[in-house]
Amino acid sequence: MAEKKNISGSEALIHCLLAEGVDLIYGYPGGAIMPFYDELYKFQDKLQHILTRHEQGATHAAQGFARVTGKVGVCVATSGPGATNLVTGIADAMIDSTPMVCLTGQVPSHLLGSDAFQETDIIGISTPVTKWNYQITDVKEIPEIMAKAFYIARSGRPGPVLIDITKDAQFAKADFTYAPCKQVRSYKPIPKLDKTAVAHAADLINQAKKPMIVWGQGVILGKAEEEFKAFVEKSNIPAAWTILGVSAIATDHPLNVGMVGMHGNYGPNKLTNECDLLIAIGMRFDDRVTGNLETYAKQAKIIHLEIDPAEINKNVDVDVAVLADVKESLPLLTSLVSAKPYTEWFAAFKAFDKIEFDRVIKNDLHPTKDGLTMGEVLKEINRASNNDAVIVSDVGQHQMIACRYAAFNHSKSNVTSGGLGTMGFALPAALGAKMGAPNREVVAIIGDGGFQMTIQELGTIFQTQAAVKVVVLNNDFLGMVRQWQQLFFDKRYASTEMVNPDFVKIAEGYFIEAKRVQKREELSDAVDKMMASDKPYFLEVCVEKEDNVFPMIPSGASVSDIRLS
Amino acid sequence: MQKKYTISIYTENSVGLLNRVSAIFQKRHINIISITSSASEIEEVSRFIIVVSMTEEAVKKVVGQIEKQIEVIKAFYHTDEETIFQESALYKVASKSLFEERHIQNIIKASHANIVTVNKEFFVIEKTGFRHETEKLYHDLAPFGLLQFVRSGRISVTKSPMNIKALLTKLND
Ligand SMILES: Cc1ncc(C[n+]2csc(CCOP(=O)(O)OP(=O)(O)O)c2C)c(N)n1
Repeated sequence: MAEKKNISGSEALIHCLLAEGVDLIYGYPGGAIMPFYDELYKFQDKLQHILTRHEQGATHAAQGFARVTGKVGVCVATSGPGATNLVTGIADAMIDSTPMVCLTGQVPSHLLGSDAFQETDIIGISTPVTKWNYQITDVKEIPEIMAKAFYIARSGRPGPVLIDITKDAQFAKADFTYAPCKQVRSYKPIPKLDKTAVAHAADLINQAKKPMIVWGQGVILGKAEEEFKAFVEKSNIPAAWTILGVSAIATDHPLNVGMVGMHGNYGPNKLTNECDLLIAIGMRFDDRVTGNLETYAKQAKIIHLEIDPAEINKNVDVDVAVLADVKESLPLLTSLVSAKPYTEWFAAFKAFDKIEFDRVIKNDLHPTKDGLTMGEVLKEINRASNNDAVIVSDVGQHQMIACRYAAFNHSKSNVTSGGLGTMGFALPAALGAKMGAPNREVVAIIGDGGFQMTIQELGTIFQTQAAVKVVVLNNDFLGMVRQWQQLFFDKRYASTEMVNPDFVKIAEGYFIEAKRVQKREELSDAVDKMMASDKPYFLEVCVEKEDNVFPMIPSGASVSDIRLS
Repeated sequence: MQKKYTISIYTENSVGLLNRVSAIFQKRHINIISITSSASEIEEVSRFIIVVSMTEEAVKKVVGQIEKQIEVIKAFYHTDEETIFQESALYKVASKSLFEERHIQNIIKASHANIVTVNKEFFVIEKTGFRHETEKLYHDLAPFGLLQFVRSGRISVTKSPMNIKALLTKLND
């Protein structure tokens, strides 16, 4: 690998990034990271740095980049407030298993612990929300630690790693050699596949009469979409997804039966409590998926294909655990299963689909009332993009609508904050997604609340001219919270109504072409116009103020108690 | 049912690991009864002994989360029956009681405690044993006036073998 004589720690950091194949990073400069930025200036042609308008934006942009590319996202910040501003994004990446490396500057090592200007214990603060973190105080540690950081971030169950580097270690000089990390002795990223467990799982599958698959992001993180599709098709088992799993197989695949969880589809939720075998693949039985655990799939045998041993029996006790990389376990399982028609079982899904269509979907997608629905906006985006856009959603009602109705043809196309539910995620994440997938259409779907949490990133979008299509679904409410207030707090709308600014003017203030849609007749053309643009574009759609998202499993209720209204 | 469990953790010896391990308990609102950290039988490998009171189901999950940490080599949990465990206590008493009260000498003898040091002002007794033994000595000595008392966290070894060396060799492959 690269060898250099007597170079600064900052330059060494850059060579580490280049050696790891990084050519794009997001960040924000400041005192303790200035030596690094100074080197960056010299390497501009090899390593592009995007100046976000807030460090949180840098983390979400790096996440968006990582989610569409499968590569490690990288972001940089200074010490103190710069570092603490990263925390939300790091926590988000941790819970959604997103590979990310964050570099933070730190006060010089002789000042550590002296409450120096902009000193904060970011190692202590970030410990519970990082897969690994480390403070470099000695320039000589840089190559080894950086190699380890990238290895840990991307291997096994991915996650965020934070490397804090004192300013003196950035200035100091040392000889440099880089060797990628291949293993860490106390860390076993991929458990060894136990073939008898796979055989046992295959037996259960071959005996089942009403089996059901629930897959999650593990399929995508494991780059096992093909293997997964082969398994689904050979076994002919209805397959449902979590919001982070969607897009691993196409939305219109005949065996795709929709979304599970709080605002998922009626059939897969209801039938979770009727199946005789639940095959969980790369998912973690989050409470938003399972509802009340006491009544979750109690009648079923459960198989769990999972890479992380700590997830086995964490929330749901399973009958067979197949601990391995799904890329390895799925082909073996596929070779051992045989297909059955499951005619009645599929009919049960169809019957629930019909109920859901009549009671919910019809009104969402083909409304007869005056007010615009969020669902019809998604329908138009699907149409205008041929089901081929990357959809980046924020958090709230619009997110659930986006996940329910966005149609996908390609994997890694749904980018949303699942586990943490971080409002403000989508705008910067969409920027990162567009930069990671420049040839794809990237559409951000954001509520008027979440938009204002990271609205400043319009500045980054303008400066980079990344052709992100930003759609704000404006209901003048913190809609999802208002929905809960309506349903569970007797309509006491405490602090959820918002008096909003003129979003179009704000976008125009950033020199981004913008349009507002208030009537149904304008929607289709406006979406077409947005999609036709090869520049950033902002579209505000004023939707019905007090619409609710259904179906819904009230929190604490059973999946089979899912409500349609 | 809640029960006392001893969690043993073999780790790399690195800065911040105690914080990482204790954060796992904090996140779940679990109180740590005692914690010790020391060298282990393997050079450069540290060992934590953490005593908690929780259900077996919960302790299993916590150990899973601990083991997931990058620098943790292996973590186990055991019941009292499965381990040999001890605590150490130090008792600092004014020297005049040692000379004036004959009785105190009998207490020390009967408890199999050791006198670590004696000088003009005070003497220090050390007692290693089970909690009830160090506690008994505490109550016996209290009437004479304890100038200071301190007890260590539990240290323990398991009855069954713990082949960390072999595991490390395997991990190194
Ligand atoms: C940072 C953050 N703060 C608070 C919440 C709680 N929360 C969840 S959804 C929601 C409302 C979102 O409103 P808006 O962005 O307008 O989207 P809508 O639900 O109306 O589509 C809130 C406040 C959150 N998820 N994230």
